[in-house]
Amino acid sequence: MRKQILKGLAASAIALAALPALAQETVKIGLILPMTGQQASTGRQLEAGVKTYMAQHGAKVAGKTIEVIVKDDTGVADISKRLAQELVVNDKVSVLGGFGLTPIAMAVGPVATQAKVPAIIMTAATSVVVEQSPYFIRVGRTMPQMTFPIADWAAKNGVKTAVTLVSDYAPGIDGEKFFKQRFEEAGGKVLDTLRAPLASPDFAAFLQKAKDLKPDALFLFVPSGQGATLMKQVIDRDFAGSKIRVIATGDVTDDDLLNSMGDSVLGMVTSHDYSADHDSPENKAFVETFKKVNDNLRPNMMAIAAYDGMDVIYRALEATKGDANGQKLIEAMKGQKWMSPRGPMEIDATTREAIPPMYIRKVERKNGELYNVEFEAVGPVKDPTHK
Amino acid sequence: MLTILFDGVAYGMLLFVLAIGLCVTLGLMNFINLAHGAFAMAGGYLTIVMMNRYGVSFYWSLPAAFVFSAILGAVLEHTLYVHLYTKSHLDQVLFSIGLVFMATAIVDYFMGANQQTINLPSSLEGRVDFLGASIGVYRIFTIVLCGLLTIGLQFVLSKTRFGSRLRAAVDDGRVARGMGIDVTKIFALTFAVGSGLAGLGGALSTGIISMDPTFPLKYMIYFLIVISVGGATTITGPFFASLLLGVADVAGKYYMPAVGGFIIYTIMVAVLILRPQGLFTRASR
Repeated sequence: MRKQILKGLAASAIALAALPALAQETVKIGLILPMTGQQASTGRQLEAGVKTYMAQHGAKVAGKTIEVIVKDDTGVADISKRLAQELVVNDKVSVLGGFGLTPIAMAVGPVATQAKVPAIIMTAATSVVVEQSPYFIRVGRTMPQMTFPIADWAAKNGVKTAVTLVSDYAPGIDGEKFFKQRFEEAGGKVLDTLRAPLASPDFAAFLQKAKDLKPDALFLFVPSGQGATLMKQVIDRDFAGSKIRVIATGDVTDDDLLNSMGDSVLGMVTSHDYSADHDSPENKAFVETFKKVNDNLRPNMMAIAAYDGMDVIYRALEATKGDANGQKLIEAMKGQKWMSPRGPMEIDATTREAIPPMYIRKVERKNGELYNVEFEAVGPVKDPTHK
Repeated sequence: MLTILFDGVAYGMLLFVLAIGLCVTLGLMNFINLAHGAFAMAGGYLTIVMMNRYGVSFYWSLPAAFVFSAILGAVLEHTLYVHLYTKSHLDQVLFSIGLVFMATAIVDYFMGANQQTINLPSSLEGRVDFLGASIGVYRIFTIVLCGLLTIGLQFVLSKTRFGSRLRAAVDDGRVARGMGIDVTKIFALTFAVGSGLAGLGGALSTGIISMDPTFPLKYMIYFLIVISVGGATTITGPFFASLLLGVADVAGKYYMPAVGGFIIYTIMVAVLILRPQGLFTRASR
């Protein structure tokens, strides 16, 4: 009995001694995703995007083995912060990533700064987030990047007056502000700015108000995942019959939900950087692998952000020749340019902000499914709020 | 103007059908069932599964949702709830909120966490002109159906033998038992019908809003507002309270979008201060 215990101890001592050597061979990436709770569809898409990247590129880069650790923060910022600390202290991760909502990224910022660990913002879209830590890199997009193109498009296509309807929380208010600013600069007029509570079950009153104001267009923004409810009620209110054009950022016609919205959203115009329908060899390969490893799920803008996030990490590791030092990694991530499935991507070398290519798209039926079909390429859009 | 009124009434009617089961268990059976929304969610998801996976017509899904939730309610009443009738209110609250979390997790596991909707049959889509206002066909359908249900319920409770037995069982269970009324059976049946109505309400609401696993928690607040404003001892109380809240909510959001979301809470606070027993109940005995 005692002998066995001794043997066990010896074995664990050897294992412990071997650990540092092993640790140098693996680079750990800690992802904090909302896998349960209201934002769970976001978490699922992000994880699926990471899986797709690993399926295409393997788990080895610059001689190191990549190990991904996924933690579920249920979309609550307090938990995200604790998980970030655990990942840094206990799991010794070299890179953090994920963050489903703006407050979550805000909570994780100080941890990244203190630990000098690069943190990849995949989802949170409020402009100011990336300034909260010198170790933040954004690979998704920001609200002004999404709203400027559609405001420009509306102004150029005969829309003189508009009403905005957004969810009453930080990115929604950002969307409203940037749409109004850009649209009025272009000579249009915003008749009213309506804000619905984030947990609004019935948009009826807001939509009727928008309709009675008789604008040329109604601009919508709701968080990814809520588009189906809103669109159902928009259609029910028959805006098309009143000659009011419904425009939005791409979150509303989310690829993940688009098919369930039915034919009535056909023709709706939105602006975004990613559509599963984007016509390029990179995207074809991405969509194909994505569907194969994720049970025929269709990738949306979350999935592509996670995929590009992994790409940034792999490229940075290649540049540092496998050195996972936080300072060296973040330097290697700044200013990166690559061909993403959504088009040419760039990380701004000074602001660490993503510069994604934007497109104006229209909902069309293709091979029996609904897609956001791109019909105008806006090109790369820089976030205008960073100095 | 009339459009707003109609939207509000439709929303209120929907709230009423969703909440009436809770009024019955709370007011008549003196049992706090916070898991009521879970039965509504069961009906809603059944509708989604039947329509989207098996192509069943919406009109058949509605009665199916009622029956499914009623059976679910009866089974749970017989196996779980029956042990808690005599327990303290705190125990009942803890037990039923636990059920809510379990229901949420189960639905999340099987159906996924994203919002799910149905596409209404074309006969219920579109809008019609009524006295110069444009009104959604589905909202009219909701109002008519819920109105008929309310009349039916009121009739059963006040005019039938079952109704008088139920009222007797509630007023004094021991005496009712002594008179040969099977109180246990009546409560079980009432609970099942209440759950069934919640299921029907859930199915109806998939036509306007969408279902996600947090539905029972999101709507618990609205149910409780309806009951605290309307009082839980009658059917007419919650009915008028639902209408008032529905219209106030929609009209408030329309005329004062900036504060619209708070109007129903303001009404609730005002009612609780002025008439804590509920707006439409007799003063407490």
